[in-house]
Amino acid sequence: MNVKGRKQELTIKPYKKPLGKVIRDNKVLMLMCLPAVLFFIIFAYCPMPGVYIAFTNYNFRDGIFGSPFVGFKNFEFLLKSGQLWLLTRNTIFYNLSFILLGNFLQITLAIMVNEIRCNWFKKVSQTIMFLPYFISAVLIGVLAFNILNYDTGALNTLIRETGGNPVKIYSMAGIWPFVIILCNIWQQTGYGSIVYFASICGIDSQIVEAAEVDGATSLQRIRYIILPSLKPTFIILMLFALGGIMKGNFGLFYNLIGPANSQLFPSTDIIETFVFRTMMNQNNFATSSAVGLYQSLFGFLLVMFSNWVVKKIDPDYALF
Amino acid sequence: MKNKGVKMTASTAVVRMISYFCVTVFSLLCLLPFLLMVSASFSNEGVINREGFGLLPKGFTMTAYSWVFRYPKMILGSYGVTILMTVCGTIIGLFLIAMTGYALQRQDFPLRNVLSFFIYFTTLFTAGMAPTYIWVSRYLNLKGSYMAVFLQLLMTPWLIILMKNFAKSVPYEITESGKMDGADDFKIFTALILPMLKPALATVGLFLALGYWNEWYNSMLYLGSAVTYKPLQYYLYNIVNTAAQLKNSMAGAAITITDLPTNTLKMATAVVATGPIIFLYPFVQRYFITGITIGAVKG
Repeated sequence: MNVKGRKQELTIKPYKKPLGKVIRDNKVLMLMCLPAVLFFIIFAYCPMPGVYIAFTNYNFRDGIFGSPFVGFKNFEFLLKSGQLWLLTRNTIFYNLSFILLGNFLQITLAIMVNEIRCNWFKKVSQTIMFLPYFISAVLIGVLAFNILNYDTGALNTLIRETGGNPVKIYSMAGIWPFVIILCNIWQQTGYGSIVYFASICGIDSQIVEAAEVDGATSLQRIRYIILPSLKPTFIILMLFALGGIMKGNFGLFYNLIGPANSQLFPSTDIIETFVFRTMMNQNNFATSSAVGLYQSLFGFLLVMFSNWVVKKIDPDYALF
Repeated sequence: MKNKGVKMTASTAVVRMISYFCVTVFSLLCLLPFLLMVSASFSNEGVINREGFGLLPKGFTMTAYSWVFRYPKMILGSYGVTILMTVCGTIIGLFLIAMTGYALQRQDFPLRNVLSFFIYFTTLFTAGMAPTYIWVSRYLNLKGSYMAVFLQLLMTPWLIILMKNFAKSVPYEITESGKMDGADDFKIFTALILPMLKPALATVGLFLALGYWNEWYNSMLYLGSAVTYKPLQYYLYNIVNTAAQLKNSMAGAAITITDLPTNTLKMATAVVATGPIIFLYPFVQRYFITGITIGAVKG
């Protein structure tokens, strides 16, 4: 059906209507899209020329286009100070950990939930496991503080009660990669497993039953039916996640670390947090824009590339 | 599966047991931080400062809550702002998103691909934090205005694509029957399509509502201390992060910081700011599930 429709379109194409007529014929549909189009013009396209700030020595008085042009000086500084490298490394490291560990745990969880036969247990546990996804980043920061802080944190309470020495987690840079990854996993795993769980539910039940009649054990079913059926979903999700590897979860990092705890920055600073700090705390809009532009461009290329790969594998899943 | 003729093998039984065990443990781990928060909020500040937070309230008291509501104008004002924004934003945003999503999937709309890409492109390339901030605060002049928060959360490309995918499942014949009766596209949308999109509206609406309820980022950037009543999560952010702010937010009352049960107050505020979401959540979560299963891969 679909293919036929497409073919027809192709044969009609040579008689392209003039633009004026297209507009007249689709007046109402165009008006219906107008609010959204205006929205994205105002809040997404209009700020774009502002990336020019990255090439200037921006000051408030002269504005975006009046400030002195400095070429690539801002980028040079970031490169030479090693800042850009540190931020890129941290951002990619965290995202890779989130993606790899996250997907592994999500798949494991989906398979385990699928093994559960007791319906109410399945429902209740799923409800609980999705819960962390629905709370604000601010609350994640509060929950983490409640557990980890030195004076009153629940973790240190436990350590004290068992006779150990309390630890100053908020001044230990080395431990934060684990804490951040743990928080991310805590928040995302339950919700992320839904996609995989849905794919498992989509498996033809006849195949599963046939396997069971043939005496396949749970492990064999998982190994030979479920895992292979998850492969396409996994690959597509993975590729898109890799496309977004330069984008960090600002809310999570900012609320866990805060803007002032600089001893943690070497291991916890990602592009977003740096961009925000240089802008709001140091009022250095030029440097902030430079890092932002670097991230946008790099990220853009990565998405294009991952989409290109997805298109090769399965055009149906490609974004465009 | 009712097939009792097939015997469960030992390995299947082991896999089941491990599954039940792991799912139980992970569920408990998901709940634990919430339990710790609630018990902390009911604890006595003095005992907490000596012994630290635990799983059960220490020296059960409601003091922290009485402090949260001591100057009720602040917290209730925050509630008011957040509820108003959530309700208005969800209704308006939902209508605009549904309208756009429907138009963009119409096979007979020649501009559908161009406009879809126009919207989608904003996720591929963004101006970045600083240029956006300068544009919104300096050129749109929205610094210190609730509109800076309200407007920016109204739509996301992802929700429009999600809606578009939902709308695709409504048969084209319905649009055609409307055309036959001489209705224009807007009339077709409001009278025929919108009622059929109910599950989609529920899903997208919930994502919108959640976005407004959990909003703190735009508030921090554009509102700061310019408004009296901060959106709820930003109010919480302030209580948690700055003791000085804490004092100010208590309506300038003449209290010394030492009077304040700082630690337990933070937790009580967190409970108050999160409560409604947690209570509503079990009833609405299934709509999020439809959302992610439809929109996750292609989004």
